[in-house]
Amino acid sequence: MAEPMKIRATLQGDVADVRILMMHPMETGQRKDAKGEIVPLHFIQSVVVTHNGKTVLDTQWSQAVSRNPFLGLRIKGAKPGDKIGVTWTDNKGDKRTDEATVAPPS
Amino acid sequence: MNIARRTFLKLTGGAGALAAAFAAGLVAGGQAWAATWNKAGFESKALADVMKSLGAASAAESKDIAITAPDIAENGAVVPVAVTSKLPNTQQISIVVEKNPFPLAATFDIAGGSEGYVSARIKMGQTSDVWAVVKADGKYYTARKEVKITVGGCG
Amino acid sequence: MPNTRGGLAAVLLAFLAAWGAVPVLAQSDDPLGVGRKMLAEDNPGELWIERGKALFHQKRGPKGVSLEQCDFGQGPGKLEGATVRLPRYFPDTNKVQDLESRLLSCMVQLQGFNRDDIVKRAISPAGSDGSDVEALALYITSRSNGMKMDVSLSHQKEYDMYKAGEYLFYRRSGQTDFACVQCHGEANRRIRLQDLIHMTDKKGVQEVVSTWPAYRGAHFTVRTMQWRLYDCFWQMRLPELKYASDTSIALITYLHYQGNGAVIGVPGFKR
Repeated sequence: MAEPMKIRATLQGDVADVRILMMHPMETGQRKDAKGEIVPLHFIQSVVVTHNGKTVLDTQWSQAVSRNPFLGLRIKGAKPGDKIGVTWTDNKGDKRTDEATVAPPS
Repeated sequence: MNIARRTFLKLTGGAGALAAAFAAGLVAGGQAWAATWNKAGFESKALADVMKSLGAASAAESKDIAITAPDIAENGAVVPVAVTSKLPNTQQISIVVEKNPFPLAATFDIAGGSEGYVSARIKMGQTSDVWAVVKADGKYYTARKEVKITVGGCG
Repeated sequence: MPNTRGGLAAVLLAFLAAWGAVPVLAQSDDPLGVGRKMLAEDNPGELWIERGKALFHQKRGPKGVSLEQCDFGQGPGKLEGATVRLPRYFPDTNKVQDLESRLLSCMVQLQGFNRDDIVKRAISPAGSDGSDVEALALYITSRSNGMKMDVSLSHQKEYDMYKAGEYLFYRRSGQTDFACVQCHGEANRRIRLQDLIHMTDKKGVQEVVSTWPAYRGAHFTVRTMQWRLYDCFWQMRLPELKYASDTSIALITYLHYQGNGAVIGVPGFKR
């Protein structure tokens, strides 16, 4: 079910500007579907970002984060070719990990 | 049609049901969070309780925290919010929406080489102050910005 | 979004004053612009491009064939620069077709899908993850990103479609007696807080034709030009605009030709 993320990491000096787009319904558990039934709570609870395998950002989310979520962060001491890893885990236990490399400065 | 906003506004104090949902949703088996999910904080319904759960009950306002967000958001289901903290040794940033049924929206633990900057998109049920709660060098600081929510027209 | 700063800012400042709030000077000039810019910079619609690409190459339908042999006007499977010349006349169907009706033809002829089935699901329901058609339309259009709209009316049928579209754009119809031009024929018009693009202005119509398919924020999915026109007809309380109908193709031909020169940049981001 988990769709791939889109990760962009561009360098500004030695800081990697990282932008992550994810596809996830982030259901609040309050919405009714076309049949009038409640769509159950289903949201990403944790997003962990790593830089060359080392955790740099560890987030906890609620269902108040928007559907098809976005996450932006900045990582110091980055170089072109460095690996950025992103893993999300949702309240149903679904997980998704994607990787990207830091692009050289344009 | 802004379904998320509508349902937020319709939310009554179903804390019992929601707490059960949280408990049911948090399938304990085999999931290791890098950080423990702050159940108490995410289930708090009042701003003061959220602050307490974060350990920020006596946080001071700081001008070194900048919140980048629109004055007016066209769609309350997708409100972009970025927080930049210039406080040295920023360890944690939380985004709290005062008037949301459950104000704590997200907490970001800054480990290693991440800068004191995060950007995300959150749901807001109505016009409200958006708070940034920052932990730096073991102490807590806040900043806030009002974001107005509108309903769009055609299309 | 077009420059509606004068009128819109005045209204919003009055709005904010009524709330007793002091507007932040930095944003009061373009109060909705900050939010729009932040959202457009990182557009979830981009995730649908990968999905569309996978669907394009996947063997699908009763005939178990991919869309790689579909001819969008440049020859089978040639996608780069194809949509900037659509709508256009196709000899094999003897019709002027836009991207979506051509996609429909290929899905029926090459892949063996049932036309009515595709039409039923082409516009996905709100709250869903989108249809195959929406993802495919976005992917194919994205292959023209950076290129300029370049519709030609050299074939008689193309010219006829253009004139029909022009006529429809200006024709008042239905119980509301609306024509497209009433909402989209002047600068600084809006409905509540939604800007109405000035489409009889070159820049305005170019913005329209270069930003669809788009991620519609409120729907959390990608929407196409066929959807946009369908929704406009609904807003005007006109009879339902049928998917990939001649009426829709006529209007798209008119708009695309008027928007010639526009640089394609999809997915757009709409409220």
